[in-house]
Amino acid sequence: MTPLARKRLNKIALNTAGVLVFLFAVFPVYWMVSTSFKANDQIFTTDFIPFPTHFTFEHVNTVLTDGVAGNSIWVYMRNSAIVALGTVLIGSAFALLAATAVARFRFKGRTSFLITLLIVQMIPTEALLIPLFLNVRRLGLYDNLLGLIVIQVGLTLPFGIWMLRTFVAAVPKSLEEAAWIDGASRFTTFWKVLFPLVAPGLVATSIFSFITAWNDLIFALVLMKDTTGYTMPVALQFFFGQRGTDWGAIMATSTLMTLPVIAFFLLVQRRMVSGLVAGAVKG
Amino acid sequence: MPGWSIPYVLLVPGIVVIAGLLLYPMIQMIIMSFQSISLRVIRGVAEPEWVGLDNYTKLFDNDIFWSSLRNTVVFAAVTVALTLILGTAVGALLNRLSKRMSTFVIIGIMSAWAVPPVAQGTIWRWLFDAEAGIINWALNLLPDALSTLIFGRADWTGQPWLNDAWSVYVVLVLTVVWASFPFVAVSVLAGLRGIPAELYEAARVDGATPWRTFRKITFPLLKPVFAVLTILSIIWDFKVLSQLYVLLNGPTNREAFNLSLFSFAEAFKAPPKMGTGAAIAVVLTIILLIVTAFYTRQMVKQEDLT
Repeated sequence: MTPLARKRLNKIALNTAGVLVFLFAVFPVYWMVSTSFKANDQIFTTDFIPFPTHFTFEHVNTVLTDGVAGNSIWVYMRNSAIVALGTVLIGSAFALLAATAVARFRFKGRTSFLITLLIVQMIPTEALLIPLFLNVRRLGLYDNLLGLIVIQVGLTLPFGIWMLRTFVAAVPKSLEEAAWIDGASRFTTFWKVLFPLVAPGLVATSIFSFITAWNDLIFALVLMKDTTGYTMPVALQFFFGQRGTDWGAIMATSTLMTLPVIAFFLLVQRRMVSGLVAGAVKG
Repeated sequence: MPGWSIPYVLLVPGIVVIAGLLLYPMIQMIIMSFQSISLRVIRGVAEPEWVGLDNYTKLFDNDIFWSSLRNTVVFAAVTVALTLILGTAVGALLNRLSKRMSTFVIIGIMSAWAVPPVAQGTIWRWLFDAEAGIINWALNLLPDALSTLIFGRADWTGQPWLNDAWSVYVVLVLTVVWASFPFVAVSVLAGLRGIPAELYEAARVDGATPWRTFRKITFPLLKPVFAVLTILSIIWDFKVLSQLYVLLNGPTNREAFNLSLFSFAEAFKAPPKMGTGAAIAVVLTIILLIVTAFYTRQMVKQEDLT
């Protein structure tokens, strides 16, 4: 074989592998979306129906209007959004303050704080479910979305600080010093100089927190009692075995829960990866 | 405000949250594992009762505990290994694809990665559905002789994957590997792009084989990346809960429990046994801390913490 032919063959092999990886990753997602638009006779069959030929909005409509457990899916969607956004707003503010402290100042207790951050990330958060459940009850935040927000802030904060501090550290200190010399206060310097420069890092940590809170099943399952307070992942459980398993509705709901996250990911794909890798790998 | 106090003021909210929502509950969890917590305690009208090591001795006598422990450890070992191998292979592949092709594949794998765990569970439960699942259909496509040779059976119609603990874990491994290899792949890709091309050129001039190049250049340079990815995968896979919850349709099949689901079921299924649930959580935490202790020490040493 000539080197040129070998090179071409090599390229074909690599591209084929790439396409196979793509299909392995995407097919299950595609199968979820396409099932949501298939009529029932195309869902409950032993045949392979690659795409909905009896295309229907029936399941999406059922889910949007009838919903599940007595509420429209919008109620759950709204609850999920409240929890996720609340977590992001409070969590990012706290993370930014703490990250600035550890990245910009040398103070007594700094090392212990960083080591504590590392260690609390090793605690399986699900293991804290029982004490957190009891504490939330005692505080009167049981069956209250605020309780869920508080918990999610706690679960996402250590990683948020850890990730964000590399972004803060990457901003040259001389920029801030120049602003001080020009007579700006510490506070102005923070808002006008540091904040805009760490914004990309803030976006990365926010998305991480948003998704963690949006995806949570277990804490919401345990902490919310009334169905009007359920989040999407909890509501989804009600489709199973309610009147048999309504796969069309389940897949439509799963799609509604998944597509915003995928859209989010793809929009900020590059920033997300660099943020995660910087936070995780560079330390 | 005196200058020295600024970092402490900045840290107040963070410390309050971490102490109140992670460290204090952690201590509570340890204390609760030595207590019996009745419904009256949960309602706040009675004090918990000290039972010493009772929760632990009962736990170690329980077969479900040992099967949950085995499920947790074996599942994590297999899943971490498969995720890292597949992720590294895909990361290396992405590095060699053209820019357009690699963007295309990255977008695909990012979509899998972005799927919420609950939806991962529903998707794979549907793929492996006994009556209308696409997996049984696909396995039936295999030539009978081949299928018999590999699996010892030719007909897969109505195969109930999610009834038996063993096959539930086959599905769970697939689900979790599918959702987590993309993160490994993009991290490895980022690491590979950071390696200077001259190193590879030098290796090529020296006539090194691809395997030797990987062992002598790629692997040592990516070692910190692999260390972090391994540890993160271990932490994630040891406590997989949502996907298993969905695949099993709640805490139903006790033989398929892992430690997380076992702890959840003990604490929140009637009658609630929160003391035992806490004891299981303590065991899970200790295992994770032991497994990750080495790494944490390394990180503390490597990090510029001072």
